[in-house]
Amino acid sequence: MTPTYYLLLSALLFSIGAVGVLVRRNAIVVFMCIELMLNAVNLTLVTFSRINGKLDGQVMAFFVMVVAAAEVVVGLAIIMSIFRTRRSASVDDSNLLKY
Amino acid sequence: MAGAAWLVVAFPLLGALILLVGGKRTNAWGHLLGCATIAASFVYGLILFFSTTGQEEAARTSEVSLFSWIPVDQLQVDFGLRIDPLSITFLLLITGVGFLIHVYSIGYMAHEPGENDRRRFFGYFNLFVAAMLILVLGNGFVTLYLGWEGVGLASYLLIGWYTDRPSAATAAKKAFLMNRVGDVGLAIAIFIMFKVVGSTQYTAVFDGVANGAFSSGELVALTLLLLLGACGKSGQFPLQAWLPDAMEGPTPVSALIHAATMVTAGVYLIARSNPIYTASPDGRLVVVIIGAVTLVIGCVIGCAYDDIKKVLAYSTVSQIGYMILAVGLGPFGYALGIMHLLTHGFFKAGLFLGAGSVMHAMNDEVDMRKYGGLARIMPVTFVTFGLGYLALIGVPPFSGFFSKDAIIEAALGQDETWRAWVFGGAALLGAALTAFYMTRLVLMTFFGEKRWKDIKSSDGREFHPHESPSVMTIPMIVLAVGSVGAGAFFAIGDTFTEWLAPTVGVLEESHHHVIPHAVVPWLTVGLSLLGVLLAWLFVGRKRVPLSKPEPVPFPVRAARADLYGNHFNELLIARPGTWLTRALVYIDNKWVDGLVNGTAALLGGSSGRLRRAQTGFVRSYALSMLGGSILLIAALLAVRFA
Amino acid sequence: MSAVLAAAAAEVSTGEAIAFWVLGPVALAGALGMIFARNAVHSALWLVLTMLSLGVMYMVQQAPFLGFVQIIVYTGAVMMLFLFVLMLVGRDSSDSVVEVLRGQRLWATVLGIGIAGLIVGAVSRSLTDVPVENLQQQNAGGANVNNLGKSIFTEYLFPFELTSALLITAAMGAMVLGYLNRHEKGMKRTQKELVEARFRGEYERPSPLPGPGVFATANSVATPALLPDGSVAPESLSRLIDSTASETFSDEIKSVAGTEPGPDAHALTPSTKDTSTTDTKNTEDTEETR
Repeated sequence: MTPTYYLLLSALLFSIGAVGVLVRRNAIVVFMCIELMLNAVNLTLVTFSRINGKLDGQVMAFFVMVVAAAEVVVGLAIIMSIFRTRRSASVDDSNLLKY
Repeated sequence: MAGAAWLVVAFPLLGALILLVGGKRTNAWGHLLGCATIAASFVYGLILFFSTTGQEEAARTSEVSLFSWIPVDQLQVDFGLRIDPLSITFLLLITGVGFLIHVYSIGYMAHEPGENDRRRFFGYFNLFVAAMLILVLGNGFVTLYLGWEGVGLASYLLIGWYTDRPSAATAAKKAFLMNRVGDVGLAIAIFIMFKVVGSTQYTAVFDGVANGAFSSGELVALTLLLLLGACGKSGQFPLQAWLPDAMEGPTPVSALIHAATMVTAGVYLIARSNPIYTASPDGRLVVVIIGAVTLVIGCVIGCAYDDIKKVLAYSTVSQIGYMILAVGLGPFGYALGIMHLLTHGFFKAGLFLGAGSVMHAMNDEVDMRKYGGLARIMPVTFVTFGLGYLALIGVPPFSGFFSKDAIIEAALGQDETWRAWVFGGAALLGAALTAFYMTRLVLMTFFGEKRWKDIKSSDGREFHPHESPSVMTIPMIVLAVGSVGAGAFFAIGDTFTEWLAPTVGVLEESHHHVIPHAVVPWLTVGLSLLGVLLAWLFVGRKRVPLSKPEPVPFPVRAARADLYGNHFNELLIARPGTWLTRALVYIDNKWVDGLVNGTAALLGGSSGRLRRAQTGFVRSYALSMLGGSILLIAALLAVRFA
Repeated sequence: MSAVLAAAAAEVSTGEAIAFWVLGPVALAGALGMIFARNAVHSALWLVLTMLSLGVMYMVQQAPFLGFVQIIVYTGAVMMLFLFVLMLVGRDSSDSVVEVLRGQRLWATVLGIGIAGLIVGAVSRSLTDVPVENLQQQNAGGANVNNLGKSIFTEYLFPFELTSALLITAAMGAMVLGYLNRHEKGMKRTQKELVEARFRGEYERPSPLPGPGVFATANSVATPALLPDGSVAPESLSRLIDSTASETFSDEIKSVAGTEPGPDAHALTPSTKDTSTTDTKNTEDTEETR
């Protein structure tokens, strides 16, 4: 058992999140998948912090959380306003910007 | 006196400017202004003439530098005038004959459709005179070129005067294009001069020739290129086809531009460039050949036409052939060519004015078969025309006899015997043929039965021939006087050749004679009389049919078709040109454009297909982003671990 | 001495290993459950599971502050925000099973496995024998929060200030996007406009729906209103309460009315058949008289 396992777990979680972004159509679920990817990255940062014996990684993870929170707020507001006008939360329905 | 010589050019130029810019306000007095400017130039020309005649030979030539025209580094072209016997001769011819024809035009153009247009006509006419004066007075080849193109423009405008006739438009275009062919030669000749001596002024170029700055090859090239220019402007073989078509213009235009002055510019060019031609015997031989060929061609075709103006036009072609032949003889002939040019200017202008008078009387009909018996009805026209006719066929003591006989003598007096026989023979043959076709013309027009009585003109009017008004007949009378007396005035005592000596050199007398010197005039006159007799036998004795006789033997058919000159041009130049153009267009369309358009189509097509990737579905984009990330990571790892 | 400490530090305790092997599968299961759950609410709950596991892992990995923040802020606040929005946009809007984009799922799976394989391969190959510097020194005596705070407010002060700007902007953005002015023109109709719209025919009927009315035996919303002829007014049947369908009450209604529904006494027009014959007759009459 070494901390490397945390990194491997993080890689798996990140990939699962990425696949989720690609296959799910509900915008909120897509958002949650992005959150999962961010969390995976946070786990990596915390693990690196421990491997290097410095707190900088944890500070980074902290900032990531802050940014993620801001992103969630704005993103959910956008989803809300889109839903209000189009009565749909599917990312496939917003496809007017195309050829 | 010579210092203010620019006035000579300025008068007609100013006239043209006022008439063309002034518009309808000048309608009332425009024609008078047009005549007045030419008269002023003529008077000034006379003053110049008399102020130089009494002087020493060297003092007769003076140059007036007016302004620096094209000052570009090495290329320094000054706009200046050269006043010497040659240019004064031309100045007097152009303004003198020009003035008479201007006066004649007042009457001739009075009844042209569109009264207002007479003012524009005089504007163009003044423009022509101004350009022609620049041509002959300029002191360098570039100045000459300016006038050269100026007269080309005026000629184009005036040939296409009847804008409602497609044939006039075609003729104008044809004249313009064929002139361009010659102009290219002249332009290249000027380039060569600049390349070799670094200047285009006459004095510098001729000094260069004298100093041996030009190699013999360059000299031959110069002579040939200048000859090409002369051929284009003067309607010489192989560029003769435009001149007969140019008769589409009003008759005064034919008289002034296409008989008396502009078409002789080629002769002027060669005479002016006499140091170059003197230095290149090979070039001169080509000139002589061209002249001889043209004079025979002109005569032969002239025999076949029924159109009075076309006959005169081919007569002009042939007479200019004589002049070119003369100047091609070098020191033996420069002055003779110019002399014939002068006498020809008088009698041919008179003939054209007479023809115009006849046409004026005959509802603008040009077919001689519809004329006949006009001598009694139009006595003044008949007499003046007859005098011009006698001068042209060279009956002594009329002017044409002196000038043409001198040329024939010079041609027969060449050193090499074969040349003397060939070119002298051609000149003699030309004399006989000239007598034939001119007699035919006079017989068909003025004698015989009045064939016009029973028919109507093409516009449905009956013919009521009448003598022209005095404003037209007086110029004709004056020109007839010139036709009668000019030759004797110039030739007897060699006054003219001596007067020209400072410019073209002393006329050399040949001492080599294939035919005894004293026999030549008799021979010439005898041949001419033979031509007259033949014409009387063929035309005068018989009834002239109203339509052309058919079928006719091959020579007549060929002559009626301009000796296939147009076919020749068509076959040799126009067709290959068309083919080349088509091939180039094909290459341009298929290959060049194909390459360009193909690239565009390739990009357009692939873009159109790539565009389909923009589905609008965010998840597709995310998928490709993930794919890209994977590629990136794979590349990084490959670099890191490979 | 230091070597001994380093060796001791490099080791991972058995307890942590147990915790990892328990929490790791749970986190993975949560992630997979999230992407496979058909219902969005279930997805959210699966994600909460993953986040909680990760929070515990942070604590195990000597990051107690982050662990608590993860649980309190992330799981507690952010995920609840998600659930709120889910409820707002309709919790029952579950994804359809049919994938509209051709090959999307296949390629997503292939690429997902690909990126996982690449990262796992790279990490396992390059980080096999990393010496682990533990954080005992920094975290000694619960100094984790103190040291983090020092770091944030000294070394990372400027990024921290930037995040404050970011948060304010995000709050403003959320307000702008979420605000809906109901009193703006065209948003909500006044009573006058509503009446005009009703009579213009923009609604199904010009009048309000009928209440239970004077013939009602009860004032329950489940009781349908009766028309003067005793029949049930169909508009008064509640859509929500399907069980109160008219059929259920029809017998009762009849008994209440005391009459079988017969020809309408108040009807001003005869039946449609009669009407048509009369009309034809009338027209014939008029034609005959003419």
